[in-house]
Amino acid sequence: MAVGTQYLAEQPRLRTPSLVFGAIALAALVAAPFFFYPVFLMSILCFALFACAFNLLIGYVGLLSFGHAAFFGGAAYFTAHAVKVWGWEPLAGILLGAVGAAAMGLVIGFLAIRRQGIYFAMITLALSQMFAFICLQAPFTHGEDGIQGVPRGHLLGLVDLNEPRAMYYLTLAIFLFGLFAIWRIVNSPFGNILKAIRENERRAVSLGYRVDRYKLGAFVMSAALAGLAGGTKAIVFQFATLTDVQWQMSGEVILMTLLGGIGTMIGPIVGAGLVIALQNYLASSQFPVTVLIGIIFVICVLLFRRGIVGEILELMKRRPKGTA
Amino acid sequence: MSTIFGIPAPALYGQILIGLINGSFYAMLSLGLAVIFGLLRVINFTHGAQYMLGAFAAYLLLTYAGIGYWPALVLAPLLVGVVAVLIERFMLRRLYGLDPLYGLLLTFGLALIFEGAFRHWFGAAGKPYAPPAQLTGALNLGFMFMPIYRGWVVVASLFVCLGTWLLIEKTRLGAYLRAATENATLVQAFGVNVPLLLTLTYGLGAALAALAGVLAAPIYQVSPLMGTNLIIIVFAVVVVGGMGSILGAIVTGYVLGVLEGLTKVFYPEASSIVIFVIMAIVLLVRPAGLFGREE
Amino acid sequence: MSNPPFLEVRGLNAWYGESHVLHGVDLDIREGETVTLLGRNGAGKTTTLRAIMGILRRREGVIRLRGKDLLGLPLHRVAQTGIGYVPEERGIFASLNVAENLMLPPNVSDSGMSVDEIYTLFPNLHERRTSQGTKLSGGEQQMLAIARILRTGAKIILLDEPTEGLAPVIVQRIGDVLVALKKRGMTILLVEQNFRFARKVADRFYLMEDGRMVNTFPGHELDARMDELHEVLGV
Repeated sequence: MAVGTQYLAEQPRLRTPSLVFGAIALAALVAAPFFFYPVFLMSILCFALFACAFNLLIGYVGLLSFGHAAFFGGAAYFTAHAVKVWGWEPLAGILLGAVGAAAMGLVIGFLAIRRQGIYFAMITLALSQMFAFICLQAPFTHGEDGIQGVPRGHLLGLVDLNEPRAMYYLTLAIFLFGLFAIWRIVNSPFGNILKAIRENERRAVSLGYRVDRYKLGAFVMSAALAGLAGGTKAIVFQFATLTDVQWQMSGEVILMTLLGGIGTMIGPIVGAGLVIALQNYLASSQFPVTVLIGIIFVICVLLFRRGIVGEILELMKRRPKGTA
Repeated sequence: MSTIFGIPAPALYGQILIGLINGSFYAMLSLGLAVIFGLLRVINFTHGAQYMLGAFAAYLLLTYAGIGYWPALVLAPLLVGVVAVLIERFMLRRLYGLDPLYGLLLTFGLALIFEGAFRHWFGAAGKPYAPPAQLTGALNLGFMFMPIYRGWVVVASLFVCLGTWLLIEKTRLGAYLRAATENATLVQAFGVNVPLLLTLTYGLGAALAALAGVLAAPIYQVSPLMGTNLIIIVFAVVVVGGMGSILGAIVTGYVLGVLEGLTKVFYPEASSIVIFVIMAIVLLVRPAGLFGREE
Repeated sequence: MSNPPFLEVRGLNAWYGESHVLHGVDLDIREGETVTLLGRNGAGKTTTLRAIMGILRRREGVIRLRGKDLLGLPLHRVAQTGIGYVPEERGIFASLNVAENLMLPPNVSDSGMSVDEIYTLFPNLHERRTSQGTKLSGGEQQMLAIARILRTGAKIILLDEPTEGLAPVIVQRIGDVLVALKKRGMTILLVEQNFRFARKVADRFYLMEDGRMVNTFPGHELDARMDELHEVLGV
């Protein structure tokens, strides 16, 4: 059984409960910076978008990329460089990050889709590691130091992003845009073909679909959205470093998605929130974060492969059946 | 002083030797990965951590028990093998029949746990581990000086690879393993205890990684991160070689190690990525890998 | 008839995933007897063999060999009680040569044929013992699949369509082998579509339909029941 297949809840059309839930969530997100530390929230939003982008690939095409850090961290470098060195406007810088990530996605995806399953994971991991080595050596990334002191600047020359709430709402807007884009992709005819490929690749081929093109298309979109998240993160934190391109980061985004629920719309967001909160919490303690992440991985894989949201959805699906 | 393509010959030979040594580790590790994958359909991400654990076991045996290199060469793989057997029994076993990606994720999580714990206890810095007295010093080969320990590693790894190959190709246990790789159910229906075979295979593969770790300890120093960075390169080696063939995995390991060494001579900036570049080229030209069968 | 059955199957139900494929199958085989399962494709003959072996895990009912319960045993312990299995697809391993294929199944008793005896019985296998297993012809592969079970000392052999797709000369040869086995006292459970072949060796027939045993009769009644069989089997 393919990863993610069993969680294929029918894609929710926008039904009333979803709309109500969405409205409440949106209100909460708008109000959040008045209650929480904005940088913490922005960090969650960036990683949540990153995880959603990753989930687009594993959850809806069944491809496990073990190299998504390359797009996230790569975009952070592109954005940071454009804003700091070329003096670009921040949103333009973020967009450049996304475009750069998409271009990388095109190259890495083109190579990786030539193999399937487990090999796909190994190839994406190896290629992203290669990119990490390049980042270590290339002059513009400044090696171990990374690009520091990236100015947040003024959005469209008007809004001062050094104001935390302004930065927060920009981040929120980008996050919502990304989420909307994913929702549209998943529910488009294109998205349906992706799901058909995941369910049964051979049948999709025999129906005449050029499966590789669809996979590559999904890969590039996923990379671009991961880049959108990474570019935003570079503006929020005002730096881009090697941490974001390394395999540990690819592992983290897998964990967020797995923990929240592969193939669910909000699972990756929940997972990202939990992992970031946990890391924040542990930062002040002695307990090694890596070990905890490893433990969560093991628990998720052994005990609840559907993830938190996936398990809840499964329970909700079962209960009406049981009482009927 | 003689030169080859404008490179001083000793420098060239030196890098080829280093390449051979790196290749020895690529070969031993990709061999274990291939054997485990063949039977268990699990890509063992923990392989790098098991290699690190082997090196650490040797270091700890020496530091805290005064047990030296030669006994460690047996004890460390044994210890790591036992841990691996437990992992297979209590964790991996529950994932058979599921998508192999879950095995990858589980072993990735385990790798993080081992690495994180050892970094927590011992710090990230490498710890020196002296080669045994019998293998110190250098040998004058006429065209270059070769540190004896390095020569030993190349020879030992060749024996390990050859031994593993013989075990798989020429023994009854190996015949079970090959047959079970093709059709585990039928082999079990013949009365072979396949669940035990799976456990042993995983234990053996991990022990092989640990043995490589002990061999590596005097060369690379002992550090918690020594495994993962290596295992990602080994993944690339495995993609290049394809996992269908044991000999293929071995040959690819040595060849890529030497190519990497040569790159260090002629274009040092690219040496850390050359294996990935070769992987990309192989994917373009022969997607199934040099010795692979398309699955 | 007073002897307890050698292999006893009672009320065997089995499932492939969610689909219920065997419905209360009963089957008795006495020691040294050769019993043939007849039935259309999909009637459950192969499934019955796989359920007895334990390859098909989801089962209920009773399976006993010489009074020993098999249902609770893990797959590899079933073979060790003395059952040898020759699957329909023959199961010759490509990564093993002929001799390795022959030596693969572990011995289950001391009474198996020696390798020399086997090579005398199947000279082709001796000749090609270093060839890759799957390089053999279909007939030779079938011989190999049977030979490797004979070597183990199994007391009963489950044979799934040994003649399928083979030339008449080879079928004849396999028939001779089975007759020789019967003479040695081997108990045989055979799934076979080929009447003429089955008539030569079978002491008794069972007729299966839709996962159930619908009839059983002695071997000599086969000719008399041809019309009935043709109707059930749709031949």
